[in-house]
Amino acid sequence: MSDEKILLTEKKNGVGIITLNRPDKLNAFSDELTFQLQDALKEMEKDKDVRAIILTAAGRGFCAGQDLQSRSIAQEMGERPSLGDSIRRRYNPIVIKLRRIEKPIIAAVNGVAAGAGASIAFACDYRIVTDKVNFIQSFTKVGLIPDSGATFILTRLVGLTKAFELMLSADKLSAEEALNLGIINKIVGEDDLMKEAMALAEKLAMGPTKAFGLTKRAVNRAVFDDLEELLEYEASLQEIAGRSDDFAEGVAAFVEKRTPQYTGK
Amino acid sequence: MTMTYKNILSAKEEVGAKSGINIGIVTLNRPTVLNALNHELMEELVTALEEFDRDDSVRAIVLTGSDRAFAAGADIKEMSDETTVSIMLKDRFATWDRIKNIKKPIIAAISGYALGGGCELMMMCDIIIASESAQFGQPEINIGVIPGAGGTQRMTRVLGKYKAMELILTGRPLLAREAYELGLVNKVVPVELYLEEAKAMAKEIAGKSPIAVRLAKEAVLKSFDGPLNEGLQFERKNFYMLFSSEDQKEGMKAFMEKRKATFTGK
Repeated sequence: MSDEKILLTEKKNGVGIITLNRPDKLNAFSDELTFQLQDALKEMEKDKDVRAIILTAAGRGFCAGQDLQSRSIAQEMGERPSLGDSIRRRYNPIVIKLRRIEKPIIAAVNGVAAGAGASIAFACDYRIVTDKVNFIQSFTKVGLIPDSGATFILTRLVGLTKAFELMLSADKLSAEEALNLGIINKIVGEDDLMKEAMALAEKLAMGPTKAFGLTKRAVNRAVFDDLEELLEYEASLQEIAGRSDDFAEGVAAFVEKRTPQYTGK
Repeated sequence: MTMTYKNILSAKEEVGAKSGINIGIVTLNRPTVLNALNHELMEELVTALEEFDRDDSVRAIVLTGSDRAFAAGADIKEMSDETTVSIMLKDRFATWDRIKNIKKPIIAAISGYALGGGCELMMMCDIIIASESAQFGQPEINIGVIPGAGGTQRMTRVLGKYKAMELILTGRPLLAREAYELGLVNKVVPVELYLEEAKAMAKEIAGKSPIAVRLAKEAVLKSFDGPLNEGLQFERKNFYMLFSSEDQKEGMKAFMEKRKATFTGK
């Protein structure tokens, strides 16, 4: 255990900045990191001085998604974990907050965003990324389904055809391709990311925050009216996937750094 | 006469300038405990409701809490040490029972938590306007008891056996949207507007004949109490009774003359 904080928060010129800080793990979500992110979002929601939010990460990755070596996922004593419960407690509250906080939220994506890391970025209002960024719907690689809202948020962002392809292939989506698909707002140079994100956030923070919030509420109603229900459904299906032999094989292969042998069971 | 209360606020709001017609607004006001319903609050609430019921200028009542909580439940601290005998002898629900006798329509304006006693109090109202952030439930099971102010009966009549059973046995809350779909609330509106919406509904009703409103409320409530035939007879009698009111003469005359009726409550 290091004393290093795994999540940093900062407030500057009306902007709340949340930084995932497990750079050695590409900011993968441990249980603790998801809970800290929930708390940080709650605080920024309440804080009247925060009128725009940036979500970013330290090091060369944005977020590698679920930490496959963390407690809630690792198989202890032969028991298969309940992925549904893990998602309900850890990820779904984050996605709900990102959508419900009535302040603009900018994902400043500094590196690879995989699995739930990509999902969380998709749930934000803006995505500004560096040219090195890849988005990966890596879930199916280990025998899971995309979660944290990805099955419907990505589908609504890019349309069914492309979204389904991305989910099943688990291919890397480059910044350039993401821009063409309308997933992201802007590509910037690596050194300019925080400068650009701050410039946008500061501008938004000086805007009519109430009107921005109400706009977000109306957009949520139009596009994510069924947010809680679909997140719950996703969690149920992930529970099923989590009990499959293929998931056990997927995780084992990942840990052993070999190619998984899937059976479809 | 304006009374000063410790745990609630009571105010009148005129329906139209110089109309002399008001709606009454009662606001639960124990913000530090999310409006937990202790005995003192309930006494004050019922006193305020009865005062409005006697006040001829008041035609409808809005009952509300804060954006964060209508009422998060009964005051647990107040009853944790009670015994069967002591709690029976105190008969705290006698105060609640008086709400049933309020003749004027009560419109609940609900935001945030309406749990336990808060949910039961809400279900004693006649119309329920909820904010998007409202949540409803009977979590008593989680502290080893059951609803005691009508929850098992009123919720079951509104939601049916199975949904009521689920909520009461698991203690899980219903969110505003689900409550609306299940018919527990009349309308869900943004949090900034629920109180206004409830007041607007109260004011609309305040423009009707108060005697007709009173007999209508009585007849609707009768449907919860007995067999259909009794209710139908009760309704018929109330219907006939209104033909001795001036408001019936005025209402029907105005209809035929294609103008808006002016009701006097006589």
